[in-house]
Amino acid sequence: MKVIDKSLAGTLESSDIQIILMPAENGGIEIELKSSVEKQFGRQIRKIITETLGKLQIENVKVIAVDNGALDCTIRARVECAAYRACGIKEKYDWEVID
Amino acid sequence: MKNSIGREIPEEIINGRALYGGEFALNEEVAKAAPKVKPVKPNESKLLNSIEEAIIKTGLKDGMTISFHHHFREGDYVLNMVVDAIAKLGIKNLTLASSSLSNVHRPLIEHIKNGVITKITTSGLRGGLAEEISNGLMEEPVIIRSHGGRARAIEAGDIKIDVAFLGASSSDEYGNASGSRGTANCGSLGYAKIDAEYADKVVIITDCLVDFPNMPASILQNNVDYVVKVDKIGNPSGIASGATRYTKNPKELLIAEYASKAIVESGYFKDGFSFQTGTGGASLAVSRFLRDEMIKKGIKASFALGGITKPMVEMYEEGLIKNIFDVQDFDLDAVASIGKNPRHYEIDSSFYTNPHNKGCIANKLDVVVLSALEVDTDFNVNVMTGSDGVLRGASGGHCDTAACAKLTIIVTPLVRGRIPCIVDSVNTVITPGESIDIVVTELGIAINPRRADLIERFKDVDIPAYTIEELRKKAESIVGIPDKIEYDDKVVAIVEYRDGSIIDVVRKVK
Repeated sequence: MKVIDKSLAGTLESSDIQIILMPAENGGIEIELKSSVEKQFGRQIRKIITETLGKLQIENVKVIAVDNGALDCTIRARVECAAYRACGIKEKYDWEVID
Repeated sequence: MKNSIGREIPEEIINGRALYGGEFALNEEVAKAAPKVKPVKPNESKLLNSIEEAIIKTGLKDGMTISFHHHFREGDYVLNMVVDAIAKLGIKNLTLASSSLSNVHRPLIEHIKNGVITKITTSGLRGGLAEEISNGLMEEPVIIRSHGGRARAIEAGDIKIDVAFLGASSSDEYGNASGSRGTANCGSLGYAKIDAEYADKVVIITDCLVDFPNMPASILQNNVDYVVKVDKIGNPSGIASGATRYTKNPKELLIAEYASKAIVESGYFKDGFSFQTGTGGASLAVSRFLRDEMIKKGIKASFALGGITKPMVEMYEEGLIKNIFDVQDFDLDAVASIGKNPRHYEIDSSFYTNPHNKGCIANKLDVVVLSALEVDTDFNVNVMTGSDGVLRGASGGHCDTAACAKLTIIVTPLVRGRIPCIVDSVNTVITPGESIDIVVTELGIAINPRRADLIERFKDVDIPAYTIEELRKKAESIVGIPDKIEYDDKVVAIVEYRDGSIIDVVRKVK
């Protein structure tokens, strides 16, 4: 999928993560993460974001993520939602892509 | 070198001091220290015009030790006011022996940088000051002492207070001082009483000078050198909250329900029992569930102990609690009660839970309910550092009451947000696992294997029971495995156990 627009999913509530996606200027996946659990889970959060984008076959995107202790399942769901929005897909979602 | 619970303590920190070796390992005869006294003759006035004048009159010099109490909590103006005045007088290299420090004491950062304060001992560290200290602000590590441990250290002369600056809600001109009858009231002055008895010089700072004699007084005139009246000692709303509210958080309520059930089934819940509950949401809610059980079964408590809140006062007024022993008050109901209820007693921190006196009241405690930031699979409890390794808590009476009570219950959620609360190894040990009997989470309880009697007793009790390892795994299955916090070698705080031995250290975070 190709990111064509800026999109947002998620909130700044605790246990949630806010994901903003936008077309990347330089190509590749660039993640800018702010997290209340950066020291303990920063690595894991980046990994989940990258993995989820990979499964959706998004290769060029800038990600701004503000995390307040979201679990992995929440991170996946927010990234997926933001991705479909950023790619302008509004129906026929591929629910199988993330297991 | 490792202490008896396997915590690595660097040689340069030990420096001749005892390593933790068990709850009651240090139990030798002790000699009490005594203060120097400059007699006050009839017709001498103690009333001074300013804090500066008091500092000069007490003879405070470079290298001395000053103390404060923390009864004004986040509303305290006294400590910052006094240390500012000391700094202006050019006095340096002081040891600050406050009973606790909180967010409001952030201005200390500058005084540490300027060399006014070079050593600190305290129970708690929070907010900006705590973060700076965790990042290596001080050359000398802070010594974290429990409330009982501080009383012990003062009586033993480990902390020798040269000048105590004690804020009081009201005082007369001769130094009879109280936490009541003023405009900013804190109720009990339990942590200040010990300073007044053992400091060489005692200065009472009040914003409410009343007619002599200000009785009943928490601090008596025969221990006071000087009295200073200032405009404001603190912000009342930061000193005591309005009414302490019960939690509505369903997770905390479930934890409280399990905890209450565990107490009822423990064998200690009978007429004349005694208890203490902490001030966390779940911990507080336990008292509400207990109250219902006490009414149902016709049981009355002989005493309640600790930091006092509205629920305890209500139970006293209903006749469910016969006596309240009060070292500090957390809300206005508790503050009002100490002034009017005859068996609501003010106690000092030594009577409360000093391990090296001839028997503190905590020794008579049946049940204590305490909170935790983290508990590990050895049942060790951390209430001092966050999961990021940064100082943000208080030792308080945690290890004291846990060691003394017949039944020590820890209430904690399994996870907080993404942070697991049951872990392999806590960041910092404040209370050793051998003091803990039951850990209660929203999933159910884990009983310490050291308490085979309780495990047997709870076999047929209808509360979900797990091993602590099972609870740890459940937490991990929800949040994942956190990366280990990286620390420098530099020690920023030494955690003293109540008996004065070293139970752990806090290192600088990378």
